[in-house]
Amino acid sequence: MSVTKIFSDCDEAVTDVFDGATVMVGGFGSYGGLPINLIVALSGQGAKDLTIIANMGGVGYELSHRIKPEGYQDSGILFENGQVRKFIGSVPALGGMPPTSPLEKSFNEGKIEIEMVPQGTLAERIRCGAGGLGGFYTPVGAGTTIGEGKEKKVINGREYILELPLTADFALIKAHKADSLGNLVYRKTARCFNPVMAMAAKITIVEVDELVPTGQFDPEVVVTPHLYVDRIVEVPR
Amino acid sequence: MKERLDEQTIALRAAREFSDGAVVNLGYGMPGLCANLIPGDRTVFFQSENGMLGYGSLAADEEKDYELINASDQPVTPLPGMCFFDSAAAFDMIRGGHIDIVVLGAYQVSEKGDLANWGRPGRPATGMGGGMDLAVGAKKIIVTMLHTTRDGEPRIVRECTYPLTARRCVSLIITDLAVMEVTPDGLILKEIAPGWTAAEVQALTTADIKPAADLKEIEL
Repeated sequence: MSVTKIFSDCDEAVTDVFDGATVMVGGFGSYGGLPINLIVALSGQGAKDLTIIANMGGVGYELSHRIKPEGYQDSGILFENGQVRKFIGSVPALGGMPPTSPLEKSFNEGKIEIEMVPQGTLAERIRCGAGGLGGFYTPVGAGTTIGEGKEKKVINGREYILELPLTADFALIKAHKADSLGNLVYRKTARCFNPVMAMAAKITIVEVDELVPTGQFDPEVVVTPHLYVDRIVEVPR
Repeated sequence: MKERLDEQTIALRAAREFSDGAVVNLGYGMPGLCANLIPGDRTVFFQSENGMLGYGSLAADEEKDYELINASDQPVTPLPGMCFFDSAAAFDMIRGGHIDIVVLGAYQVSEKGDLANWGRPGRPATGMGGGMDLAVGAKKIIVTMLHTTRDGEPRIVRECTYPLTARRCVSLIITDLAVMEVTPDGLILKEIAPGWTAAEVQALTTADIKPAADLKEIEL
Protein backbone atom coordinates (compact mmCIF):
# COMPACT_ATOMS: atom_id res chain seq x y z
CA MET A 1 0.00 0.00 0.00
CA SER A 2 1.55 3.27 -1.11
CA VAL A 3 -0.56 5.63 1.01
CA THR A 4 0.75 6.02 4.52
CA LYS A 5 -1.22 7.15 7.57
CA ILE A 6 1.93 7.94 9.52
CA PHE A 7 2.66 11.63 10.14
CA SER A 8 5.98 12.89 11.46
CA ASP A 9 4.54 15.28 14.06
CA CYS A 10 1.29 16.56 15.55
CA ASP A 11 1.51 19.97 13.82
CA GLU A 12 1.56 18.29 10.41
CA ALA A 13 -1.39 16.06 11.40
CA VAL A 14 -3.76 18.97 12.21
CA THR A 15 -2.89 21.52 9.47
CA ASP A 16 -6.24 21.18 7.66
CA VAL A 17 -8.56 21.69 10.67
CA PHE A 18 -10.67 24.55 9.31
CA ASP A 19 -12.50 27.48 10.94
CA GLY A 20 -15.96 26.33 12.07
CA ALA A 21 -15.00 22.63 12.22
CA THR A 22 -16.50 20.22 14.74
CA VAL A 23 -13.75 18.44 16.65
CA MET A 24 -14.11 15.53 19.07
CA VAL A 25 -11.42 15.40 21.75
CA GLY A 26 -10.90 11.98 23.32
CA GLY A 27 -10.07 11.01 26.88
CA PHE A 28 -12.19 11.21 29.98
CA GLY A 29 -11.23 14.60 31.29
CA SER A 30 -7.97 14.59 33.16
CA TYR A 31 -4.51 13.47 32.00
CA GLY A 32 -5.07 9.77 31.20
CA GLY A 33 -6.35 9.29 27.66
CA LEU A 34 -6.15 12.93 26.59
CA PRO A 35 -4.49 13.58 23.20
CA ILE A 36 -2.45 16.32 24.80
CA ASN A 37 0.09 16.80 22.00
CA LEU A 38 -2.61 17.02 19.32
CA ILE A 39 -4.52 19.58 21.45
CA VAL A 40 -1.40 21.71 21.80
CA ALA A 41 -0.80 21.42 18.02
CA LEU A 42 -4.38 22.58 17.36
CA SER A 43 -3.88 25.55 19.68
CA GLY A 44 -0.80 26.52 17.66
CA GLN A 45 -2.56 25.93 14.33
CA GLY A 46 -5.14 28.53 15.33
CA ALA A 47 -8.42 27.33 13.74
CA LYS A 48 -11.36 29.37 15.10
CA ASP A 49 -15.13 29.06 15.71
CA LEU A 50 -14.66 25.41 16.60
CA THR A 51 -17.31 23.19 18.14
CA ILE A 52 -15.58 20.93 20.66
CA ILE A 53 -17.21 17.64 21.67
CA ALA A 54 -15.51 16.19 24.75
CA ASN A 55 -16.53 14.64 28.05
CA MET A 56 -14.86 17.40 30.08
CA GLY A 57 -13.99 20.98 29.21
CA GLY A 58 -10.55 20.65 30.76
CA VAL A 59 -9.35 22.56 33.78
CA GLY A 60 -6.49 24.46 32.09
CA TYR A 61 -2.79 24.29 32.96
CA GLU A 62 -3.08 26.32 36.18
CA LEU A 63 -5.66 24.04 37.88
CA SER A 64 -4.20 20.84 36.37
CA HIS A 65 -1.63 20.69 39.20
CA ARG A 66 -4.50 19.77 41.55
CA ILE A 67 -5.05 16.59 39.55
CA LYS A 68 -1.43 15.74 38.62
CA PRO A 69 1.28 17.55 40.63
CA GLU A 70 3.56 18.38 37.66
CA GLY A 71 0.61 19.76 35.66
CA TYR A 72 -0.35 19.18 32.03
CA GLN A 73 -2.10 20.92 29.13
CA ASP A 74 -5.67 20.02 28.22
CA SER A 75 -8.39 21.46 25.98
CA GLY A 76 -8.52 24.47 28.32
CA ILE A 77 -5.86 26.02 26.10
CA LEU A 78 -8.33 26.11 23.16
CA PHE A 79 -10.85 28.11 25.24
CA GLU A 80 -8.08 30.37 26.55
CA ASN A 81 -7.14 31.15 22.94
CA GLY A 82 -10.74 31.99 22.03
CA GLN A 83 -10.78 29.26 19.36
CA VAL A 84 -14.07 27.69 20.44
CA ARG A 85 -17.66 28.80 19.71
CA LYS A 86 -19.52 25.88 21.29
CA PHE A 87 -18.80 23.06 23.74
CA ILE A 88 -20.81 19.82 23.88
CA GLY A 89 -20.10 17.57 26.87
CA SER A 90 -21.04 16.30 30.33
CA VAL A 91 -18.59 18.19 32.56
CA PRO A 92 -17.83 21.62 31.08
CA ALA A 93 -16.46 22.59 34.51
CA LEU A 94 -15.83 20.63 37.71
CA GLY A 95 -17.93 21.68 40.72
CA GLY A 96 -15.08 20.65 43.02
CA MET A 97 -12.69 23.18 41.41
CA PRO A 98 -12.72 26.98 41.64
CA PRO A 99 -14.68 28.68 38.84
CA THR A 100 -11.49 29.69 37.06
CA SER A 101 -11.11 27.03 34.35
CA PRO A 102 -10.73 28.60 30.88
CA LEU A 103 -14.08 27.18 29.70
CA GLU A 104 -16.03 28.34 32.76
CA LYS A 105 -14.50 31.83 32.48
CA SER A 106 -15.35 32.05 28.76
CA PHE A 107 -18.89 30.85 29.44
CA ASN A 108 -19.42 33.33 32.28
CA GLU A 109 -18.17 36.11 29.98
CA GLY A 110 -20.77 35.07 27.38
CA LYS A 111 -18.14 34.09 24.81
CA ILE A 112 -19.12 30.46 24.38
CA GLU A 113 -22.23 28.29 24.13
CA ILE A 114 -22.54 25.04 26.13
CA GLU A 115 -24.70 22.03 25.30
CA MET A 116 -24.88 19.94 28.48
CA VAL A 117 -25.19 16.19 27.82
CA PRO A 118 -25.28 13.41 30.44
CA GLN A 119 -22.13 11.34 30.10
CA GLY A 120 -23.74 8.07 29.04
CA THR A 121 -25.97 9.92 26.59
CA LEU A 122 -22.85 11.59 25.16
CA ALA A 123 -21.14 8.23 24.60
CA GLU A 124 -24.27 6.76 23.02
CA ARG A 125 -24.93 9.78 20.76
CA ILE A 126 -21.37 9.40 19.46
CA ARG A 127 -21.81 5.64 18.98
CA CYS A 128 -25.04 6.33 17.04
CA GLY A 129 -23.23 8.84 14.86
CA ALA A 130 -20.47 6.32 14.26
CA GLY A 131 -22.86 3.52 13.42
CA GLY A 132 -25.24 5.37 11.10
CA LEU A 133 -28.21 5.38 13.49
CA GLY A 134 -30.74 8.21 13.73
CA GLY A 135 -30.79 8.39 17.53
CA PHE A 136 -32.18 6.50 20.52
CA TYR A 137 -34.65 6.74 23.38
CA THR A 138 -33.17 6.92 26.87
CA PRO A 139 -34.74 7.30 30.32
CA VAL A 140 -31.76 9.45 31.38
CA GLY A 141 -32.76 13.10 31.71
CA ALA A 142 -36.54 12.51 31.58
CA GLY A 143 -38.26 14.84 34.04
CA THR A 144 -35.21 17.15 34.23
CA THR A 145 -33.98 20.18 32.25
CA ILE A 146 -32.17 17.77 29.91
CA GLY A 147 -35.51 16.44 28.67
CA GLU A 148 -37.01 19.87 27.94
CA GLY A 149 -37.94 20.35 24.29
CA LYS A 150 -37.11 16.75 23.35
CA GLU A 151 -39.53 14.18 21.93
CA LYS A 152 -40.91 11.94 24.69
CA LYS A 153 -42.14 8.39 24.44
CA VAL A 154 -43.56 5.99 27.03
CA ILE A 155 -42.15 2.50 26.46
CA ASN A 156 -43.28 -0.34 28.76
CA GLY A 157 -44.68 2.24 31.17
CA ARG A 158 -41.46 4.24 31.50
CA GLU A 159 -40.78 7.71 30.08
CA TYR A 160 -37.94 8.03 27.57
CA ILE A 161 -36.55 11.00 25.64
CA LEU A 162 -35.18 11.03 22.09
CA GLU A 163 -31.48 11.82 21.75
CA LEU A 164 -29.85 12.46 18.36
CA PRO A 165 -26.51 11.29 16.94
CA LEU A 166 -23.24 13.24 17.06
CA THR A 167 -20.52 13.19 14.41
CA ALA A 168 -17.49 15.37 13.77
CA ASP A 169 -15.17 16.62 11.05
CA PHE A 170 -12.13 15.58 13.08
CA ALA A 171 -11.49 13.42 16.13
CA LEU A 172 -8.28 13.85 18.12
CA ILE A 173 -7.68 10.71 20.14
CA LYS A 174 -5.02 9.00 22.25
CA ALA A 175 -4.11 5.30 22.11
CA HIS A 176 -1.25 3.33 23.59
CA LYS A 177 -0.04 1.60 20.43
CA ALA A 178 -0.87 1.64 16.74
CA ASP A 179 0.37 -0.61 13.99
CA SER A 180 1.17 1.06 10.69
CA LEU A 181 -2.30 0.21 9.31
CA GLY A 182 -3.91 2.07 12.24
CA ASN A 183 -5.16 -0.79 14.41
CA LEU A 184 -5.20 0.54 17.97
CA VAL A 185 -4.82 -0.77 21.51
CA TYR A 186 -5.25 1.31 24.63
CA ARG A 187 -3.79 1.31 28.14
CA LYS A 188 -5.97 0.92 31.27
CA THR A 189 -8.51 3.72 31.85
CA ALA A 190 -6.93 5.82 29.09
CA ARG A 191 -9.37 4.00 26.77
CA CYS A 192 -12.58 5.81 27.93
CA PHE A 193 -14.07 7.99 25.13
CA ASN A 194 -11.28 7.33 22.61
CA PRO A 195 -12.68 4.23 20.82
CA VAL A 196 -16.19 5.67 20.22
CA MET A 197 -14.83 9.02 19.05
CA ALA A 198 -12.37 7.27 16.71
CA MET A 199 -15.40 5.79 14.92
CA ALA A 200 -17.50 8.97 14.60
CA ALA A 201 -15.36 11.50 12.70
CA LYS A 202 -14.63 12.03 9.01
CA ILE A 203 -10.93 12.27 9.85
CA THR A 204 -9.58 10.52 12.94
CA ILE A 205 -6.14 11.55 14.13
CA VAL A 206 -4.44 9.48 16.84
CA GLU A 207 -1.36 10.11 18.95
CA VAL A 208 0.24 6.96 20.30
CA ASP A 209 3.03 6.13 22.72
CA GLU A 210 4.41 3.58 20.29
CA LEU A 211 4.07 2.66 16.63
CA VAL A 212 4.66 -1.02 15.85
CA PRO A 213 4.96 -2.94 12.57
CA THR A 214 1.74 -4.33 11.10
CA GLY A 215 1.31 -7.93 12.14
CA GLN A 216 2.65 -7.48 15.64
CA PHE A 217 -0.78 -7.30 17.35
CA ASP A 218 -2.69 -10.43 18.21
CA PRO A 219 -5.89 -9.80 16.15
CA GLU A 220 -7.91 -10.79 19.24
CA VAL A 221 -6.72 -7.76 21.22
CA VAL A 222 -7.22 -4.95 18.69
CA VAL A 223 -9.80 -2.50 20.12
CA THR A 224 -10.13 0.02 17.28
CA PRO A 225 -9.99 -1.57 13.79
CA HIS A 226 -7.73 0.34 11.37
CA LEU A 227 -10.45 1.47 8.95
CA TYR A 228 -11.49 4.13 11.47
CA VAL A 229 -8.02 5.67 11.73
CA ASP A 230 -6.73 8.20 9.18
CA ARG A 231 -3.59 9.70 10.71
CA ILE A 232 -1.09 8.36 13.23
CA VAL A 233 1.57 10.31 15.13
CA GLU A 234 4.01 8.59 17.45
CA VAL A 235 4.76 10.76 20.50
CA PRO A 236 6.59 8.83 23.21
CA ARG A 237 5.56 10.09 26.67
CA MET B 1 -22.21 22.04 69.76
CA LYS B 2 -22.63 18.31 69.59
CA GLU B 3 -20.29 16.43 67.33
CA ARG B 4 -21.19 15.52 63.76
CA LEU B 5 -19.70 12.55 61.90
CA ASP B 6 -16.73 13.32 59.63
CA GLU B 7 -16.63 12.38 55.94
CA GLN B 8 -14.53 9.28 56.59
CA THR B 9 -17.13 7.98 59.05
CA ILE B 10 -20.04 8.72 56.71
CA ALA B 11 -18.22 6.79 53.96
CA LEU B 12 -17.50 3.93 56.37
CA ARG B 13 -21.22 3.70 57.21
CA ALA B 14 -22.08 3.69 53.47
CA ALA B 15 -19.55 0.92 52.79
CA ARG B 16 -21.34 -1.29 55.34
CA GLU B 17 -24.25 -1.43 52.84
CA PHE B 18 -22.11 -3.27 50.28
CA SER B 19 -23.09 -6.93 50.20
CA ASP B 20 -20.56 -9.63 49.36
CA GLY B 21 -20.08 -9.83 45.58
CA ALA B 22 -21.87 -6.53 44.86
CA VAL B 23 -20.96 -4.36 41.85
CA VAL B 24 -20.65 -0.81 43.18
CA ASN B 25 -20.05 2.57 41.52
CA LEU B 26 -18.72 5.45 43.61
CA GLY B 27 -19.59 9.04 42.68
CA TYR B 28 -17.44 12.17 42.76
CA GLY B 29 -16.06 13.37 46.10
CA MET B 30 -16.90 11.78 49.47
CA PRO B 31 -18.25 8.50 48.01
CA GLY B 32 -14.76 7.77 46.62
CA LEU B 33 -13.52 7.22 50.18
CA CYS B 34 -15.60 4.01 50.32
CA ALA B 35 -13.01 2.25 48.12
CA ASN B 36 -10.68 2.06 51.13
CA LEU B 37 -13.35 1.05 53.64
CA ILE B 38 -14.90 -2.23 52.49
CA PRO B 39 -15.75 -4.55 55.39
CA GLY B 40 -12.97 -7.15 55.63
CA ASP B 41 -15.20 -10.18 55.15
CA ARG B 42 -16.57 -9.07 51.77
CA THR B 43 -15.51 -8.86 48.14
CA VAL B 44 -16.86 -5.84 46.26
CA PHE B 45 -16.34 -5.10 42.55
CA PHE B 46 -16.00 -1.38 41.93
CA GLN B 47 -17.16 -0.22 38.51
CA SER B 48 -16.03 3.17 37.24
CA GLU B 49 -17.77 4.94 34.36
CA ASN B 50 -14.47 5.80 32.69
CA GLY B 51 -14.25 2.12 31.81
CA MET B 52 -13.04 -0.16 34.58
CA LEU B 53 -14.40 -3.01 36.71
CA GLY B 54 -12.71 -4.47 39.77
CA TYR B 55 -10.20 -1.88 40.94
CA GLY B 56 -8.73 -1.74 44.46
CA SER B 57 -8.05 1.01 46.96
CA LEU B 58 -6.89 4.56 46.20
CA ALA B 59 -3.21 4.58 45.20
CA ALA B 60 -0.49 5.92 47.49
CA ASP B 61 1.80 8.62 46.06
CA GLU B 62 4.64 6.31 45.06
CA GLU B 63 2.37 3.96 43.06
CA LYS B 64 0.24 6.50 41.18
CA ASP B 65 -0.47 5.69 37.52
CA TYR B 66 -2.45 8.50 35.85
CA GLU B 67 -3.74 6.04 33.27
CA LEU B 68 -5.40 4.03 36.06
CA ILE B 69 -7.86 6.48 37.58
CA ASN B 70 -11.37 6.40 38.95
CA ALA B 71 -14.09 8.76 37.69
CA SER B 72 -13.03 11.37 40.28
CA ASP B 73 -9.58 11.59 38.57
CA GLN B 74 -7.90 9.75 41.49
CA PRO B 75 -5.29 7.07 40.74
CA VAL B 76 -6.35 3.66 42.08
CA THR B 77 -4.60 0.30 42.44
CA PRO B 78 -5.08 -2.75 40.20
CA LEU B 79 -6.54 -6.06 41.43
CA PRO B 80 -6.44 -9.52 39.86
CA GLY B 81 -9.47 -10.01 37.59
CA MET B 82 -9.94 -6.34 36.77
CA CYS B 83 -10.91 -5.34 33.24
CA PHE B 84 -11.20 -2.25 31.04
CA PHE B 85 -13.76 -1.13 28.45
CA ASP B 86 -14.79 2.06 26.67
CA SER B 87 -17.23 4.73 27.85
CA ALA B 88 -20.16 3.46 25.75
CA ALA B 89 -19.83 -0.03 27.26
CA ALA B 90 -19.47 1.47 30.75
CA PHE B 91 -22.83 3.20 30.38
CA ASP B 92 -24.53 0.13 28.91
CA MET B 93 -23.69 -1.49 32.26
CA ILE B 94 -25.03 1.52 34.14
CA ARG B 95 -28.28 2.19 32.24
CA GLY B 96 -28.93 -1.50 31.75
CA GLY B 97 -29.30 -2.20 35.47
CA HIS B 98 -26.05 -4.15 35.89
CA ILE B 99 -24.78 -2.00 38.80
CA ASP B 100 -26.07 -3.12 42.22
CA ILE B 101 -25.27 0.00 44.24
CA VAL B 102 -24.18 3.54 43.47
CA VAL B 103 -23.06 5.99 46.15
CA LEU B 104 -23.54 9.61 45.11
CA GLY B 105 -23.04 13.01 46.69
CA ALA B 106 -25.94 15.50 46.66
CA TYR B 107 -26.82 19.15 47.08
CA GLN B 108 -30.43 18.27 47.93
CA VAL B 109 -32.60 15.18 48.32
CA SER B 110 -36.40 15.39 48.55
CA GLU B 111 -38.64 13.33 50.82
CA LYS B 112 -39.76 11.39 47.74
CA GLY B 113 -36.17 10.51 46.83
CA ASP B 114 -35.67 13.14 44.10
CA LEU B 115 -31.95 13.88 43.70
CA ALA B 116 -30.25 17.21 42.88
CA ASN B 117 -26.49 16.76 42.69
CA TRP B 118 -25.01 18.63 39.75
CA GLY B 119 -25.99 22.27 39.43
CA ARG B 120 -25.96 24.99 42.01
CA PRO B 121 -26.53 28.74 42.01
CA GLY B 122 -23.66 30.74 40.56
CA ARG B 123 -22.03 27.78 38.76
CA PRO B 124 -24.09 27.27 35.57
CA ALA B 125 -21.16 25.63 33.75
CA THR B 126 -20.71 22.63 36.04
CA GLY B 127 -22.12 19.48 34.52
CA MET B 128 -23.79 16.28 35.65
CA GLY B 129 -21.10 13.94 34.35
CA GLY B 130 -22.42 10.40 34.67
CA GLY B 131 -24.68 11.24 37.63
CA MET B 132 -27.96 11.20 35.71
CA ASP B 133 -27.19 7.86 34.08
CA LEU B 134 -26.19 6.35 37.43
CA ALA B 135 -29.24 7.70 39.27
CA VAL B 136 -31.57 6.28 36.61
CA GLY B 137 -29.84 2.95 36.02
CA ALA B 138 -28.38 1.56 39.24
CA LYS B 139 -30.46 -0.88 41.30
CA LYS B 140 -29.93 0.99 44.58
CA ILE B 141 -28.92 4.62 45.10
CA ILE B 142 -27.27 5.65 48.36
CA VAL B 143 -26.61 9.34 48.97
CA THR B 144 -23.80 10.48 51.27
CA MET B 145 -23.94 14.17 52.14
CA LEU B 146 -23.68 16.74 54.91
CA HIS B 147 -27.07 17.24 56.55
CA THR B 148 -27.04 21.03 56.08
CA THR B 149 -25.23 23.56 53.90
CA ARG B 150 -22.29 25.60 55.18
CA ASP B 151 -24.85 28.28 56.15
CA GLY B 152 -26.96 25.77 58.06
CA GLU B 153 -29.74 25.40 55.44
CA PRO B 154 -31.35 21.94 55.34
CA ARG B 155 -30.40 19.81 52.33
CA ILE B 156 -33.16 17.26 52.91
CA VAL B 157 -36.25 19.02 51.66
CA ARG B 158 -39.88 18.61 50.57
CA GLU B 159 -39.12 19.54 46.94
CA CYS B 160 -35.68 20.11 45.43
CA THR B 161 -35.05 23.69 44.31
CA TYR B 162 -31.71 22.90 42.64
CA PRO B 163 -31.63 21.33 39.12
CA LEU B 164 -32.77 17.70 39.29
CA THR B 165 -30.53 14.75 38.48
CA ALA B 166 -33.39 12.23 38.50
CA ARG B 167 -36.77 11.79 40.20
CA ARG B 168 -37.63 9.22 42.87
CA CYS B 169 -34.33 7.39 42.70
CA VAL B 170 -32.70 7.64 46.17
CA SER B 171 -33.38 4.83 48.64
CA LEU B 172 -30.94 5.55 51.49
CA ILE B 173 -29.51 8.87 52.77
CA ILE B 174 -26.44 8.87 55.03
CA THR B 175 -25.43 12.22 56.53
CA ASP B 176 -23.20 13.50 59.33
CA LEU B 177 -26.28 13.27 61.61
CA ALA B 178 -28.46 10.40 60.49
CA VAL B 179 -29.26 7.41 58.31
CA MET B 180 -32.66 7.73 56.62
CA GLU B 181 -34.59 5.39 54.39
CA VAL B 182 -36.83 6.76 51.62
CA THR B 183 -40.11 4.81 51.70
CA PRO B 184 -43.59 5.24 50.18
CA ASP B 185 -44.59 6.52 53.64
CA GLY B 186 -41.87 9.19 53.61
CA LEU B 187 -38.47 9.42 55.27
CA ILE B 188 -37.81 6.96 58.09
CA LEU B 189 -35.05 7.85 60.56
CA LYS B 190 -33.22 4.56 61.11
CA GLU B 191 -30.01 5.60 62.82
CA ILE B 192 -28.80 8.75 64.50
CA ALA B 193 -25.38 10.24 65.39
CA PRO B 194 -24.26 9.73 69.01
CA GLY B 195 -25.78 12.30 71.37
CA TRP B 196 -28.40 13.65 68.95
CA THR B 197 -32.18 13.33 69.36
CA ALA B 198 -34.75 12.77 66.61
CA ALA B 199 -36.26 16.20 67.37
CA GLU B 200 -32.88 17.90 66.89
CA VAL B 201 -32.36 16.16 63.54
CA GLN B 202 -35.92 17.09 62.48
CA ALA B 203 -35.18 20.74 63.30
CA LEU B 204 -32.38 20.66 60.68
CA THR B 205 -34.54 18.89 58.07
CA THR B 206 -37.29 20.57 56.00
CA ALA B 207 -38.96 17.27 55.05
CA ASP B 208 -40.85 15.33 57.72
CA ILE B 209 -38.90 12.43 59.17
CA LYS B 210 -40.46 9.61 61.15
CA PRO B 211 -38.31 7.89 63.76
CA ALA B 212 -38.24 4.11 63.20
CA ALA B 213 -39.61 1.92 65.98
CA ASP B 214 -36.10 0.48 66.32
CA LEU B 215 -34.22 3.81 65.97
CA LYS B 216 -30.63 3.36 67.16
CA GLU B 217 -27.28 5.08 67.30
CA ILE B 218 -25.21 4.82 64.09
CA GLU B 219 -23.19 1.63 64.42
CA LEU B 220 -19.87 1.23 62.67
